[in-house]
Amino acid sequence: MPILKAGERHTVTLTLNGRPATGYAESRTLLSDFIRHELGATGTHVGCEHGVCGACTVRVDGKAVRSCLTLAVQAAGCQVETVEGLAPRGTLSILQEAFKRHHAVQCGYCTPGILMSLTHYLETNPEATEMQLREVIGGHLCRCTGYTQIVAAAVDVATRLREAARKP
Amino acid sequence: MKPAQFDYLRAGSIEEVVSHLETYGDRARIMAGGQTLMPMLNFRLVEPELIIDITGIAPLAHIRMSGPWVEIGAAVTQSSLLDWSDLSREVPLVAAALPWVGHFQTRNRGTVCGSIAHADPSSELPLVLAVLGGAIDLASKRGTRTLKVSEFQLGMLTTARAPDELITSVRFPRAKKGEGYVFREVARRHGDFAIVSLAGMAVAGQVVLGVGGVAGSPTVRAFGTLKDAALDDALNAFAWEMGGHDDVHATARYRRDLVRMLGKQVIEEARACLS
Ligand code: FES
Ligand code: FES
Repeated sequence: MPILKAGERHTVTLTLNGRPATGYAESRTLLSDFIRHELGATGTHVGCEHGVCGACTVRVDGKAVRSCLTLAVQAAGCQVETVEGLAPRGTLSILQEAFKRHHAVQCGYCTPGILMSLTHYLETNPEATEMQLREVIGGHLCRCTGYTQIVAAAVDVATRLREAARKP
Repeated sequence: MKPAQFDYLRAGSIEEVVSHLETYGDRARIMAGGQTLMPMLNFRLVEPELIIDITGIAPLAHIRMSGPWVEIGAAVTQSSLLDWSDLSREVPLVAAALPWVGHFQTRNRGTVCGSIAHADPSSELPLVLAVLGGAIDLASKRGTRTLKVSEFQLGMLTTARAPDELITSVRFPRAKKGEGYVFREVARRHGDFAIVSLAGMAVAGQVVLGVGGVAGSPTVRAFGTLKDAALDDALNAFAWEMGGHDDVHATARYRRDLVRMLGKQVIEEARACLS
């Protein structure tokens, strides 16, 4: 494959929340910056830019990953999902709804990342225990420190999913 | 907090990688999951001319059993190894340590071989590899070679990989009946850098203990069948010899305490869990 030269602008096309999206990126452009500045989807937040805070978490091909530790050019051709995709027709997802009910959002800076992580995790582990959910949330920092409510919301959703699975 | 400029190559084959490595040497950096390299790029701790992305190379995406080994290709992520259904039977110590490697979100991209290649003193997989006595497969234009972990790990962030070599896979010995394994770690937050991590392996009552996070690279010592006060003394000597230091996370003394206390627990549990 050809080398993408430093300092040049390259066309990157990916699928953002189900729709094709194209923009320019240098080889060094972070996926977080590409999504926000180039594609204009500013729901994804940037806290630390070195993989510690989790604010920038998005899903790439279904998996929750740090978009500040991913290059935009690496996401070319991938399915990228951001917080904007959780409520496509204005109806909150079950997780967003639980965050609202449990007051798990304070300033909201960490929220988009946590929602994307938990959405991936609960999709693949609908029977998740509180301990497991705490570990997933442990990959995020909330400067408002409202972890109790965040955990409560996640546990609430896991309980609902479990009950829904039991119903015939 | 943005990387300096670099050329980027999404490599399609091992041949393509090694021929670029031959040309660029240490002016190139291999990127697999990037979960360590990307922060280093963002901080501009490294400013390579060329990034070679190996995640798209199909022959590096395998987890397979080959004779006495479980062989893991350089593009295999930590989360896909964790999802491998035979993991806890074949390499129980890896199964115990992997949940401690970074976070759910970083394991989704971070690779097993990347962690071995980076050789951070506090990282879990190099420790497990050292305790189990694994091996590393390398390829270059000059050919291929396999190094024992003891030949590969040279010190803090330092390995025997030559600048023109690519790590193609890592091999963990498959567990056998009658072996016991235990992993333990202390960190500020689950998934953060280990203050001290410990891995124990017991074979017929003979115990080997490895410690990460204290010395420059994982330190492994055999404790045989030592018990009680003799074991305490041996662990105390071990804790001092590793020469831990104070840092923002913990004092050297606290690290020694952890080695003495948890070391004993790990050794006793490894003996008790002989399968
Ligand atoms: S901005 Fe990506 S982890 Fe903090
Ligand atoms: S709600 Fe403010 S950072 Fe989490």
